[in-house]
Amino acid sequence: MPREEGSKLSRRAWITTTSGVIAAGLVKTQSDAIRLVAQEAPVSASDPTRVPGRLVSGIGSRAPAEQPRRLVRAEALSSSSRTPLADLMGTITPADLHFERHHGGIPDITYENHEVLVHGMVDRPTVFRMSDLTRFPQVSRVQFLECSGNGGGVYNRDRMPTEVTVQALDGLLSTSEWTGVPVSTILREVGVRPGASWILAEGGDAAVMSRSVPLDKVMEDSLLAYGQNGERLRPEQGYPVRLFNPGYEGNTCVKWLRRIEVTDQPTHTRDETSKYTDPLGDGTVRQFSLMMDAKSVITFPSYPYVLPEQGWWEIRGLAWTGRGRIVRVEVSTDGGRSWVDAQLQGPILPKSTVRFRHLFEWNGRDTMLMSRATDETGYVQPTVQQLWEARGPSTSYHQNHQRAWKIARTGEVTFGLGELV
Amino acid sequence: MSPRVRVRSCRRGVSGWRGVLGLGTVIALAGCGGTPDGGRMAATEGGVAGGSGEAIPAHAPERFGFGASADAARVAMWDIDVRPDGTGLPAGSGSVAQGREVFTLYCVACHGPTGTEGPNDRLVNTEQWDAYPTGRAVGNYWPYATTLYDYIRKAMPQLTPGILTPDQVYGVIAYILWMNEIVPEDAVMDAQSLPAVVMPARDKFVVDDRVGGSGPVR
Repeated sequence: MPREEGSKLSRRAWITTTSGVIAAGLVKTQSDAIRLVAQEAPVSASDPTRVPGRLVSGIGSRAPAEQPRRLVRAEALSSSSRTPLADLMGTITPADLHFERHHGGIPDITYENHEVLVHGMVDRPTVFRMSDLTRFPQVSRVQFLECSGNGGGVYNRDRMPTEVTVQALDGLLSTSEWTGVPVSTILREVGVRPGASWILAEGGDAAVMSRSVPLDKVMEDSLLAYGQNGERLRPEQGYPVRLFNPGYEGNTCVKWLRRIEVTDQPTHTRDETSKYTDPLGDGTVRQFSLMMDAKSVITFPSYPYVLPEQGWWEIRGLAWTGRGRIVRVEVSTDGGRSWVDAQLQGPILPKSTVRFRHLFEWNGRDTMLMSRATDETGYVQPTVQQLWEARGPSTSYHQNHQRAWKIARTGEVTFGLGELV
Repeated sequence: MSPRVRVRSCRRGVSGWRGVLGLGTVIALAGCGGTPDGGRMAATEGGVAGGSGEAIPAHAPERFGFGASADAARVAMWDIDVRPDGTGLPAGSGSVAQGREVFTLYCVACHGPTGTEGPNDRLVNTEQWDAYPTGRAVGNYWPYATTLYDYIRKAMPQLTPGILTPDQVYGVIAYILWMNEIVPEDAVMDAQSLPAVVMPARDKFVVDDRVGGSGPVR
């Protein structure tokens, strides 16, 4: 087990060294004790108040029985892994469980050698090293990151799954405390020229991921993020620095950032034309649909959980919006016929996830659980029928519609939206 | 256009960013982020973008002087994007016939002999897309031919990205466009002809009209 690696002395070694064996002079050193212990038959579970515990270690690890994992769908260069939302509490995603979406694999980039070039419609084209970027005044913010393809597995009426976990469906969502330098600070440093209206952000990975972002947006609140939950960015999240556009679709938050070009037009890259665009029912295609609209998901109970008995249960979930703060989350336990306000766990931060909870007494009958979020603009998370009506059948991105979990009499929980459409 | 960069305050989720969709058409786009703390952004002066009050203290210098000046050669090293008006396209050219050879060598394994078989993205489709995502291809969905250059130069072939010469990139684009019945068999692509190609899907693309609020679902 990984936890043993950091420990100089196992529990059984301690038992041994504190027993009569050491007094008999048979064990003189720590390694003698470990060798001796290794020859012993496994000991049964003992009272942990009667034996000293393990020693301090250089790095912590999870309890052996607690091993949440990202869900990897395909081992390919362009692929994703999903955050185990049902295993998590509160709002922060442990960095090693943050979802991944790469288009050309994870590059090996060293902190010391990495450079970010800022040029285009600027007065002073400049190359920044990480030591430069981290020296600028720094900010930290707790904000969500969501792939706009999240939930795309249920855009199709004919392929609505029932046995799907919240991780498989909506696990391209994570929340972190991001630390970095505001893009506005960097652009102030280089001097933006008149007429500029967009930037092109480009990554240093094998896909050279490229996205255009409106200048007003990056000036408002975007970061060059180099910190994630108290440590430096993880390689899977763009080490050593990424663009982070709060509330915008994840793909615009270009990882392994190596270049920002200030422009007066979008570049119309592949990932903002042939991908990450939304074909609508009238034959047109919605482009630069960057904002992540309000959404909520119930993470408990959800497939494959089985409620072992009727009685009091707490429905728990996450809600978020790219447009600011969530102001309300409602929960339905009758398939959307009636709704009650869920409790929101403060502090409610802008462009971040909020944990909602609703105490519910299950009577043992067939039940359909749903949630819907409202954000501060008054936007209410739509039904799937409303999205289909507005967009037609071909749009798989931005599927932020209400979800449903069905509880059968057996207590088995399955994805229930198919029964409502 | 204002002679200076102006950063607007967002008012309760409804604001605007200005964008240029297509070539030279300025369109006001709705759908700004609308942070509740939106008022902190100030209009800027003299072409210097205003900083976030969250980050820069009042006594901070106008410039920190961090980073190294990037001369034209340094910029050129990485400035490899290509825009719809052809900005960024390098010298060189390639014909449909030359592109067929490149396609056979580097592309067939992932995209199939006729660009329709996969296993990776479908490249060829001259019909309206009928299903997402399999029906979407260069011929019926990509709005700009220049995007092919930008993307292929950067990211293709997937296992050896960046290996193709400008002539090879131009050639394989000519071949892909020919397979999609967009250019004739004697077409030659270069920095002049590529931006002049009018893609069938060019006029299908529209600005995001989602604005939040309690209005109709979009």
